[in-house]
Amino acid sequence: MSAEHPVQAQTPPVESPSAPTRRTFIATTTAVGGAAVVGDLVAGSPALAEEADGVEAPPGSRVALTVNGVRRTVTVDNRTSLLDLLREHLDLTGSKKGCNAGACGACTVLVDGRRVNSCLTLAVRLEGAEVTTIEGLAKGDRLHPLQQAFIDQDAFQCGFCTPGQIVSGAGCIQEGHTGSPEEIREWMSGNLCRCGCYLKIERAVEQAAGRKG
Amino acid sequence: MSPQPQAAVGAAEPRVDARLRVTGKAKYAADNSPDGVVHAVLVESSVGRGRVTGIDARAAEAEAGVLKVISHLNAPKLPPVQGGFPPGQRLRAFQDDRVRFFGQPVAVVVATTLESAQHAASLVRVSYDAESVSTDISVAEPADDPETYARGDAEAALESAPVRLDLTYRMARNHHNPMEPHATVAHWDGDRLTVWEKTQNVVGAVRTLAGEFGIPPGNVRVISPFVGGAFGSAARTYVHAVTAALAAREVKRPVKLVLTRRQLYFGVGFRPAYEYDLSLGGNRQGRLTASAHDIRTESSRYERHSEHVLEPGRMLYSTPNVRQAYRHVPLDVSTPWFMRGPGYASGAFPVESAMDELAHELGLDPIELRLRNEPADDESTNLPFSTRRLRDCYRAGAREFGWHRRNPKPRSTRDGDWLIGMGMAAGVYDTQRSAAQASVRLDADGTALVQSATSDMGPGTATSMTQVAADALGLTMRQVTFRLGDSLMPPAPVHAGSQTMASVGSAVQDGCDKLRKQAITLAVKDEDSPLYGADAADIVVRGGRLFVKDEPTRGETYQRLLARNNRTHLEAMGSYAGAPESEKFSFYAYAATFAEVAVDARLGLVRVRRMVGVYDAARIINPRLADSQAIGAMVGGIGHALLEHTVTDHRDGRIVNANLADYLVPTHADMPDMKAIYIEGEDYEADPIGVKGLGEIVIVGVAPAIANAVFNATGRRIRELPITAEALL
Repeated sequence: MSAEHPVQAQTPPVESPSAPTRRTFIATTTAVGGAAVVGDLVAGSPALAEEADGVEAPPGSRVALTVNGVRRTVTVDNRTSLLDLLREHLDLTGSKKGCNAGACGACTVLVDGRRVNSCLTLAVRLEGAEVTTIEGLAKGDRLHPLQQAFIDQDAFQCGFCTPGQIVSGAGCIQEGHTGSPEEIREWMSGNLCRCGCYLKIERAVEQAAGRKG
Repeated sequence: MSPQPQAAVGAAEPRVDARLRVTGKAKYAADNSPDGVVHAVLVESSVGRGRVTGIDARAAEAEAGVLKVISHLNAPKLPPVQGGFPPGQRLRAFQDDRVRFFGQPVAVVVATTLESAQHAASLVRVSYDAESVSTDISVAEPADDPETYARGDAEAALESAPVRLDLTYRMARNHHNPMEPHATVAHWDGDRLTVWEKTQNVVGAVRTLAGEFGIPPGNVRVISPFVGGAFGSAARTYVHAVTAALAAREVKRPVKLVLTRRQLYFGVGFRPAYEYDLSLGGNRQGRLTASAHDIRTESSRYERHSEHVLEPGRMLYSTPNVRQAYRHVPLDVSTPWFMRGPGYASGAFPVESAMDELAHELGLDPIELRLRNEPADDESTNLPFSTRRLRDCYRAGAREFGWHRRNPKPRSTRDGDWLIGMGMAAGVYDTQRSAAQASVRLDADGTALVQSATSDMGPGTATSMTQVAADALGLTMRQVTFRLGDSLMPPAPVHAGSQTMASVGSAVQDGCDKLRKQAITLAVKDEDSPLYGADAADIVVRGGRLFVKDEPTRGETYQRLLARNNRTHLEAMGSYAGAPESEKFSFYAYAATFAEVAVDARLGLVRVRRMVGVYDAARIINPRLADSQAIGAMVGGIGHALLEHTVTDHRDGRIVNANLADYLVPTHADMPDMKAIYIEGEDYEADPIGVKGLGEIVIVGVAPAIANAVFNATGRRIRELPITAEALL
């Protein structure tokens, strides 16, 4: 899945007031119904041309991946994590950066159906991958059963870890680790909640797992 | 009390903003990316004290995308600032070469991408003239001006007491560690500054930022509709926020600065460590006669931070003779800051542990000992308690928990390899109230918008305020929208100290009452209204319909009333004056927490098996949210009791466990069974909506309840938090 592309040595576009913004630019490249469109995107904000003078652009790679069912082709700085790609470049800020070290789970997304800490996953490794984030769980206005269960059980307070908890819980249910409250707690322990909503999160996972089965 | 029917208040309503939070659409500070935003990354001091002698930013500046490296060498001079809180010399953004603590920002790198900024920050070479540091509270000298309190003659009474305990308790430093790292996105438009900031206090953030840049407060707007936890940490505007704004002004682009998890340990305060000497004197019947309290607690050298650690030992139990001294130990550390249940949660550990020790010494049940020392009034102020339902808390808790099953003899209950123990502790937290305002607007379509510049770090402020507003306006919750977290809204106090419901809630109710009365006045004077000529005092509103209370068929809706009178809307401003200068009562919320633990006899591992918390927080606006707050505080209390411990390398002041893998917090797998019970009742002496605040009280007493259960399980009295396996071996 991590097919390597040659490094793209491209000149970043010049930013001017009339130029499309970073986000509208990406939206443009992705609004073509899944067709692969290469964006001149080197790790986010296009640097001003004069700023780029005399300094080497950081090494970037072209990656085509599917995020929440939408095919995206982007050129990213090789250092960019999946989390930063989502948050800073694709305007998908639901996934949160709690520790950037894989210790809190706030950045949990599904990659090819598996739970991963997106902060520890380099975007360039995701060629061909299917990524599901919190923004991709609901079907239009219809919430995913686990999202509804979180509301029913009051399974959050500040809400910051919630996207990661829900995506992780969806993964936990898919994996079948919901046989008992203890099993759910064990398999959800990679997701910290500082407000202390664990009991209610466990009940929410139980509720959604029951509904599913 | 409101004349209105109370339908929403008291109901277990789901959160009004739940959908935004479960779909990832709630925008926290770092989720904002204004067009053209660039990224700032801090460079922190790698020495704990001294001077910066040089900064070599050449390699950083040569990195692609780097716009600027700012340090004291090139930062613009900011105007002097005076006053402020806490007292001392506030840390400024790169205004001098002093290093006051390890991890202090010494430079900031701004670049077009986060990756470039991060890498470039690692390339900045800083040289120092380092001095030796003092960061160890156990060896450093306290300042020689203690804050003291005394009544009676504690020393003489202790000398003559038939029973006397002299004990020393220690508590490790804790960090708030909200899941959301602190973050600032700053954008200048001329000399007008807009900031998306993680803050519990948009009004205070405006004041701080305006002062730092010498611009009128009206030029600063702070936006913070969602706060990803804080527990106090976001009740202050720190130097990183000023740095983001400074950087944005320098590079003339919006700047996003997000602290790393590690930086949070140096940059946003902490619950200060202490050593607490406590002497208790009493008679054989279990009546306290005297107590002496001497605390030495962390502060920084550049500011003086104080907390109400001594208050529980001053007013929780009837004690004729009390002497207390609070000593700051100025250290080369960043300034501590209030963390959930500030002061009280720290002070409850020694006081409630010592009460348990005394009960054991006297062969008395710990609840019975507390009941024998229930004061008739607040002996620290000589004021009567407004309400104090602590006895009810003990009773309800003992029943629910099954306290009668506790064997008072330590180390007498086993379950396989596990030693089982039960413990309990009381808790107390003062009921704070501050001035607040809220605007209310009722539109011709019968919906209302209520706004106040308060915050929601997790308790569900918008939900509970919507409930208060809906009842006072006579609308359903769906017809009311409550907005918060923008300094353009009417001012609210800092969302801390459990004062939001009492303060902002009272302002919301006042504004909605005013608006409802406006509508009623309009109706009774309107010849075309069915309410024409009715006594305004007899009219109530429900479901958006105004009617005579004893004649429900006589009435009309807000919509009809406004339409007929060609009014697009009605408006009112609600206000609450806050606590009076001199109180007539002593206002506190109370708690009794019960815990059962299992301790592995060979490994010293402690597991909390179940907990029951019972609270006198007066009126509960939303039992569903109140339940979540209490359960969450028990979880936080487990961390406080058993896990959380910031470890400093005293050679240079470096925090060695500044991450969530080494600083342990409770996880899913640590969860016991937990139950929260709220004692029914109101307190209208405290505030017009009858609440006493509950976000803080729920954590006060959790740690000592667990510590007392550990003693009951093992016979080992651990007088230091956290209680680690090592301590029990």
